[in-house]
Amino acid sequence: MEVGKTTRELGLLKTGDSIMSLTGPLGLPTHIENYGTVVCVAGGFAVAPIMPIARAMKQAGNKVISILGARNKELIFWEDELRSVSDKLIVTTDDGTYGRKGLVTEPLKEILESREKVNLVVAIGPSIMMKFCARTTQPFGVKTIVSLNPIMVDGTGMCGCCRVVVGGQTKFACVDGPDFDAHQVDWDLLAARQRTYVEEEKKAMENWQCQCGKHS
Amino acid sequence: MPRQEAAVRAKNFKEVALGYTPEMAVEEASRCIQCPKRPCVEGCPVNVDIPEFIKAVREGRMTDAVIALKNKNALPGICGRVCPQETQCEAKCTLLKQKAPVAIGRLERYVADWERQNKAAMPPAAPLPKSTGKKVAVIGSGPAGLTAAADLVKKGHSVTIFEALHVGGGVLMYGIPEFRLPKEIVQNEVNFVKSLGADLVLDAVVGKCDTIDELLNNDYDAVFLGTGAGLPMFLNIPGENANGIYSANEWLTRTNLMKAYLFPNYDTPLKVGKKVAVIGGGNVAMDGARCALRLGAEEVYIVYRRSEAELPARREEVGNAMEEGIIFKFLTNPTRFLDDGKGWVNGMECIEMELGEPDASGRRRPIAKKGSEFVMKIDTAVVALGTTPNPLIASTTEGLKTTSHGTVVADESTGKTVKDRVWAGGDIVTGAATVISAMGAGKRAAADIDKYLMGK
Repeated sequence: MEVGKTTRELGLLKTGDSIMSLTGPLGLPTHIENYGTVVCVAGGFAVAPIMPIARAMKQAGNKVISILGARNKELIFWEDELRSVSDKLIVTTDDGTYGRKGLVTEPLKEILESREKVNLVVAIGPSIMMKFCARTTQPFGVKTIVSLNPIMVDGTGMCGCCRVVVGGQTKFACVDGPDFDAHQVDWDLLAARQRTYVEEEKKAMENWQCQCGKHS
Repeated sequence: MPRQEAAVRAKNFKEVALGYTPEMAVEEASRCIQCPKRPCVEGCPVNVDIPEFIKAVREGRMTDAVIALKNKNALPGICGRVCPQETQCEAKCTLLKQKAPVAIGRLERYVADWERQNKAAMPPAAPLPKSTGKKVAVIGSGPAGLTAAADLVKKGHSVTIFEALHVGGGVLMYGIPEFRLPKEIVQNEVNFVKSLGADLVLDAVVGKCDTIDELLNNDYDAVFLGTGAGLPMFLNIPGENANGIYSANEWLTRTNLMKAYLFPNYDTPLKVGKKVAVIGGGNVAMDGARCALRLGAEEVYIVYRRSEAELPARREEVGNAMEEGIIFKFLTNPTRFLDDGKGWVNGMECIEMELGEPDASGRRRPIAKKGSEFVMKIDTAVVALGTTPNPLIASTTEGLKTTSHGTVVADESTGKTVKDRVWAGGDIVTGAATVISAMGAGKRAAADIDKYLMGK
């Protein structure tokens, strides 16, 4: 779950510790209604945002089929929680150490090819995973919602750092999103903008590890 | 006024003007002839008792100077630095026609700075009047909100300020650079308003965490909207979403509020290339350009579609920018951004402009000169075209009237909106303007809110 300096710092906190600032909920809520059959696809850590969506969809009367995938067994979590709000749950790992070996797009494609009439797909996870889920559902013409995760500063629409292009138009993911129509998203632009600070992220991590080394 | 030399200050985030010494302050204060007409007071959007505070400085009665100044202006440390006195009080000074107007702004700054450094010498603040039992929600802790809050607390009302960001101050913290307005001074002024008795709630995004109607129906008798104009305007030309192209809001927020200049001690850096183009000609454009220089850019350009005479920025800041080596490209308009194939901006296509007849703003209209296209080689761009109000409040508040620019409609002299029990002032009403005009609006609204609450 921990990727860079900040998530590692968060990982070191214990119950009772505090952080400086927290606000929300920001952005627009996921639109919940009785669509019919909804497939929820969670890539790794994204089982966290998928979980309440799957639950709400189920409560709204949908049939919910969930796919939970991660790189390996260690990264799978909330499997039982997600199963409890889904009519069916498929678990995948890239390396086959748990559940079905393969990527989430494989069972997704199978469901779409089967007799199941899918009305909506909600896919959340790393950008590349969402992009490939979109590619998978596009030939079937099934509406697909993704939750975009560009870099953000204030989250309230004041800076434009989070700008994404959807349907040829510039949108701010923090106020117009984060949910967008997956088939309209400019995925290459999103990926490029997410790489803006890779050098600085590396430097921050090195700096922090060096400081931790001094204190330990 | 002693100043940091241009070459030195272009590499640091410290203030340009170093402030008066006591001798300089007395000397300048003595120039004021204490004329009976007092036109300077009229020129001030909050009607500071200017001759009174200046007389006190002349006579060495510093605590009296502070009291006289703060009687009308709750944020003198800020105004003394960012007010365009040259178009306000100083423009009305009787001495304007003779040698030079009294340097009212410099003296204001001197008095405010003296107070900050001599808190122990100040007499205790006057006690607040008895509580009225009325509660007011002030949305936004920028200049309009802070001023309205201060005035309302002084009338005995209970005031809670709701601020979306994690610190108070609004544009004073995120927009105006450290070298024009040190953040320590802003926090000092915010703490002063809190010390009067106003509650400041941070991380409170009204419109998301609470709506205006929820506040009015549950706890508050009145609401003042001081949420400013924080929505950035982009050029909307091709290529504008490439890496390295920033809105001025992002550029300034990362630099000043999030301390990009102190990376890696702060985790919020900026990607500053070698050649930065700042598009726009207002104070924000000057701020953006001067930050770029201090962040290490080799060449910084101001790209403006009209000529020097039409620049809306304060003359002093334009002068500072030119002294620091910023290159001004007038009569130039960007048409397209170019990138390096890997998502990074590496050029800006521009077209030359010429000035035609005046447009609605009264300034001569820029017209593109056909066939004059050229490419500027840049690796960073900052779009500083202006801002409009963030639509979050208007879109989540029923009954509020807005204009096509997104500003909230409010009475000019009272700040009253068409929605029951809701007032508004500052940039949310006027569009992006000055700190002092927001303060004036905050004062007028507070007076009207007080009238309403007390059933007058």
